[in-house]
Amino acid sequence: MTNPSDPIIRLRGVEKSFGAVRALAGVSLDLAPGECFGLVGHNGAGKSTLMNLLSGNLRPDSGSIEIGGQDVTAGYSPQVAVRHGVRCVYQELSLCPNLTVAENARITHPAIAGIGWRRRARALIGEMLDRVFPGHGISTDDVTGDLSIARRQMVEIARAFAVTEAEARVVILDEPTSSLDSVAAGKLLAHVRRYVEGGGTVVLISHLLGEILGTCDRIAVMRDGGVVALDAASGFTRNSLVAAMGSVAETAPAAARGRAALRDSAPKVVEARPARPETLSLAAHKGEVVGLAGLSGQGQTELLVQVFDHAAGTQVGGKVALVAGDRQSDGIFPLWSISQNISIGSLRQFLNGFLLDHDRADAFAEKWKERIGIRTPDVFQPILSLSGGNQQKALFARALGAPADIIVMDDPMRGVDVGTKQEVYAMIRDEAARGRTFLWYTTEMDELRNCDHVYVFREGAIVADLPRAEMTEERVLHASFRADA
Amino acid sequence: MSGPVSPRLLRSLLPPLSLAAILIAIFYLQPRTMSYFGLNLLLNLAVPIALATIAQMFILCVNELDLSIGGFVSLVACITATWLHDTPLLGVAALAGLIAAYAGLGALIHLRNLPSIVVTLGMSFVWLGLAVLVLPTPGGKAPDYIRALMTLKPALVPFPIIAAVGLALVVHLFIMRSAWGTVLRGAGGNPRSLERAGWSLLRIKMTMFALAGFFGVLSGMALVGLTTSADANIALRYTLLSIAGVILGGGEFVGGRISPIGAVIGAMTLALAGSFLSFLRLNPDWQIGAQGAILIIVLALRVLISRAETRT
Repeated sequence: MTNPSDPIIRLRGVEKSFGAVRALAGVSLDLAPGECFGLVGHNGAGKSTLMNLLSGNLRPDSGSIEIGGQDVTAGYSPQVAVRHGVRCVYQELSLCPNLTVAENARITHPAIAGIGWRRRARALIGEMLDRVFPGHGISTDDVTGDLSIARRQMVEIARAFAVTEAEARVVILDEPTSSLDSVAAGKLLAHVRRYVEGGGTVVLISHLLGEILGTCDRIAVMRDGGVVALDAASGFTRNSLVAAMGSVAETAPAAARGRAALRDSAPKVVEARPARPETLSLAAHKGEVVGLAGLSGQGQTELLVQVFDHAAGTQVGGKVALVAGDRQSDGIFPLWSISQNISIGSLRQFLNGFLLDHDRADAFAEKWKERIGIRTPDVFQPILSLSGGNQQKALFARALGAPADIIVMDDPMRGVDVGTKQEVYAMIRDEAARGRTFLWYTTEMDELRNCDHVYVFREGAIVADLPRAEMTEERVLHASFRADA
Repeated sequence: MSGPVSPRLLRSLLPPLSLAAILIAIFYLQPRTMSYFGLNLLLNLAVPIALATIAQMFILCVNELDLSIGGFVSLVACITATWLHDTPLLGVAALAGLIAAYAGLGALIHLRNLPSIVVTLGMSFVWLGLAVLVLPTPGGKAPDYIRALMTLKPALVPFPIIAAVGLALVVHLFIMRSAWGTVLRGAGGNPRSLERAGWSLLRIKMTMFALAGFFGVLSGMALVGLTTSADANIALRYTLLSIAGVILGGGEFVGGRISPIGAVIGAMTLALAGSFLSFLRLNPDWQIGAQGAILIIVLALRVLISRAETRT
């Protein structure tokens, strides 16, 4: 019926506004079968809105959506999208935590029903997991709520690629690698290539530019609700992408240099050891930014919690504040305003007798909003009105505003855009210069370059201790993997 | 995992162990209950409570709470003892109408995004008022077939035990094992994901509320079958008993984590707790408090087990 080179999805002048905010300003795009299409841009550039339109969760205000040459604009909904083979992997996971892996497969594949459905669901999801993430170690009878966030992400991705009666013609991946370690991410990207070569279409949204450049055939850069650049991936470089996004191109942080001497002069404020037999111990001196590296989930978070709790056997010289990585579950109070979310970390400062002085708390939030650059008209808006990156900034404001000497950060930059990251890095360096100490768990190489000292974790233990001067990507990677594996 | 028993297994064993503990205590205090007749008497009244608990479980599964189930069961009991006995057609129509009304409540709560606690608290007065209108003074008569069913004396195993096991298994098969039940539970775990996958949350909520209404109706009918007559206040305490039963059985208030087998066991434990306290010759005034104490003990154990689980 359709020519193989015809676009599978065609958007024509699609617009979408939320109140006064214009989230999409007339986007036109063609997605061809057999291509991987990259989408990059700041948080708030309109990527998520575009993806919600494609998946039928939002209706465009104007413009048209065609799938396989058929105009589906009127009455487009998630059901219609699924029927046309459009699948979506959302950034905040959409598995049911109370169901098993196989049961979750049933939720998105209504065709699995009747006698023996459980066996078929197991086979479907198990086989797909094996194909995309060989060696995943997930049982199809595991309750998803018990799985680590990385494994949940794997299940979600495998579920989207699985085919029953409804085919998977277009798979949209929103930040699919943000909670995967580099090995799993590599497996996923390899699968994306295989799938695309088999004639499928993938829309890949990511903040990791290397990933986009290495995997996609074409890349669109979004800014302020429109597509500002669209070309073959070979036509872009890392710097040209960043330039098109409109944020400052990354420069090597100079601040870390010349601070190596801190170790010799400044007093030690943290000393901690993971609870493993063979491990180095971690030390942090006053004013240092200490990086916790390694693949994801190798015991970094546990050590941060140990420091935060002042656990036995851990020496911590000062008050500790935490910046949570899993915003939705550990970070924000979703029903509260921005102001309440920021000031909760330091309520003691605003006590007036035994009552809370709300004016002072609000003024404090306002001050931090300015200082940290949270993009909102006023701090009384609900926290959920902010984009992901700005919510994360509010969490930084909460921790930095608290009277804490030591700040522990649990991979706080997950899914945050490049511009925001640069602002936060600068802020961290400022605060460190004022004598605060940072413990920073991160899975991204670029962030480690902002640290004065890096400890690499593997299987719950610290296996390498690298001062900034000796730290290279190669050494960190080398330490992250067992020599015999 | 350390130790011979995994915390997960321990947690799922907690409801049956609590039931066993209470049963053993009763047998110890009053050995004569350890007979066909004794068990029949002990567990008779647990059947309508178990049915009401299952009704409550369906509501809790979709993250709502039903504060009207007691009033609803009372109303059903009054209708069963009057209309269903005198004019069966009208009675059946009225009961079917009540189930539809429950489905309607589900739709209202979902569409208007109302807190179910408020809606059902209001409805509890409506049900109670209707019950008083149907049966102003205690009385009425149970239809003979219901009476006959509830006083069945099967060989070997007392009827209440067969009824409880049958109920638990049927509901377990439906909600825990069937493909449909999986979708219903998923709606409690992550409603947004269900919606994105193309399921109608409205239909799911209505289904769950209708199921709750259906089991509420069964509960009222079973109750009248045992007591032979009805009264507008007959089942008011079922509201709290049913919630406690679900929680005691391992269910949780949010997140679609439920267990029908546990719920039935929880309901029986609470029903037996009353008898246990009578055998202790405790003043009946203390019963509610003592049931609360049992609930607190079991829940405290569950928290301890969960803590052990996160530590391993």
